[in-house]
Amino acid sequence: MVSDRGEIMAIKDLPEEEYVLKGHAACPGCPATIALRITLKALGKKTILVIPACCSAVIQSLYPKTSFGVPTLNIAFEASAAAASGVASALKILGEKDITPVVWAGDGGSYDIGIQALSGALERGTDFIYICYNNQMYSNTGIQRSGATPYGAWTTTTWTGKKERQKELAEIVMAHHIPYVATATIAYPEDLYNKMKKAKEMKGPRYIEILTPCPPGWRFDMSKTVEIARLAVETGSWVLYEAINGKVEFTGQSKRILEGKERKPIEDWLKMQGRFRHLKQEDIEKIKRELDEKWEYYRKVMK
Amino acid sequence: MKTAISYPTEGAMGKTGTWRVFRPSIDIGKCIKCWRCWIFCPDAAISKGEYPVIDYEYCKGCGICANECPVNAIEMGREEK
Ligand SMILES: Cc1ncc(C[n+]2csc(CCOP(=O)(O)OP(=O)(O)O)c2C)c(N)n1
Ligand code: SF4
Ligand code: SF4
Ligand code: SF4
Repeated sequence: MVSDRGEIMAIKDLPEEEYVLKGHAACPGCPATIALRITLKALGKKTILVIPACCSAVIQSLYPKTSFGVPTLNIAFEASAAAASGVASALKILGEKDITPVVWAGDGGSYDIGIQALSGALERGTDFIYICYNNQMYSNTGIQRSGATPYGAWTTTTWTGKKERQKELAEIVMAHHIPYVATATIAYPEDLYNKMKKAKEMKGPRYIEILTPCPPGWRFDMSKTVEIARLAVETGSWVLYEAINGKVEFTGQSKRILEGKERKPIEDWLKMQGRFRHLKQEDIEKIKRELDEKWEYYRKVMK
Repeated sequence: MKTAISYPTEGAMGKTGTWRVFRPSIDIGKCIKCWRCWIFCPDAAISKGEYPVIDYEYCKGCGICANECPVNAIEMGREEK
């Protein structure tokens, strides 16, 4: 079924075309791969991916073969938005109007080392889509903390739990006044697909961030990847929204929570993940307090 | 300077089904064709026939399909190899 806004309403209506080929190098239960499958179903074959160092560059498989069915430029860890700016300029000179340059980068490559190139490309009005798949740490190099790692989470560089709060990259991106910013997660494929489609049809810089819970990094069973993504939204830990020309609207379950639906207890989400196993009651209280504050803030600004 | 170019290939990392420890099997008698297993499979190992079909050459046995099936039509059993 398709809504009157042209949005796909059911999983069965998603295109069958597949651009992530079977037999790739991802761990069993990998969220990045689910996210990329759905993304490329929306963006289609007229896409050029720019991928910096991250898990996806490994998932892609080894030379001379690739598991990705669209042209892909692999680039240094910090340089994806700069490289995509070059691709966008080349496409413009060649008069190629229907090809979309798309960065596909991890949170380490986006929140931390790539933020300068990203900010520059956004401010220059580059005609591209930047996608950050956020697994809340550097997974490719064996689970180190990033700017997206939440308070309390274990990583190999925060082995007693991270002491700082995560930052909100999508909100930093919004401060660049770009046409489209959205957040999504793999548990809601229709929402993710529709946001990608919407982004594809627009011009200028577009940013989409996808929460991708990673079994080895977050320490949970590989069958629970989608369940943990869903619970992240239902507990209010992850928020689904989109901002068209700066006008923010919450979507899906997050919209319902904003309208008053009760959030599931955050403990339900925390206790499924080994990375939070060491948390003391006072840590959990702190996480709850900050979550309440975050939602109070949303209610205030969204009025 | 020469640029290294790779070409799209199914099974670029070989038959990844050999990684599998648990094997999903679908009871099509229970299946309501919601296609959740198909969209959530990280390995694109489920295709849309009349009912979902698992490609055991590439299924890594993660169990997401079984976990996400709303009617418990997919069961995970230990692989015998
Ligand atoms: C300049 C530089 N520093 C460090 C590295 C090593 N490195 C490769 S991938 C990676 C982590 C990537 O993390 P993220 O962007 O979060 O993606 P993920 O691996 O989680 O998919 C690091 C540190 C590098 N390739 N280049
Ligand atoms: S470490 Fe996580 S994100 Fe990286 S390939 Fe494995 S499951 Fe995917
Ligand atoms: S067990 Fe995992 S890899 Fe195998 S078909 Fe199910 S979701 Fe796909
Ligand atoms: S998830 Fe279950 S009910 Fe839905 S299509 Fe797959 S096997 Fe059938």
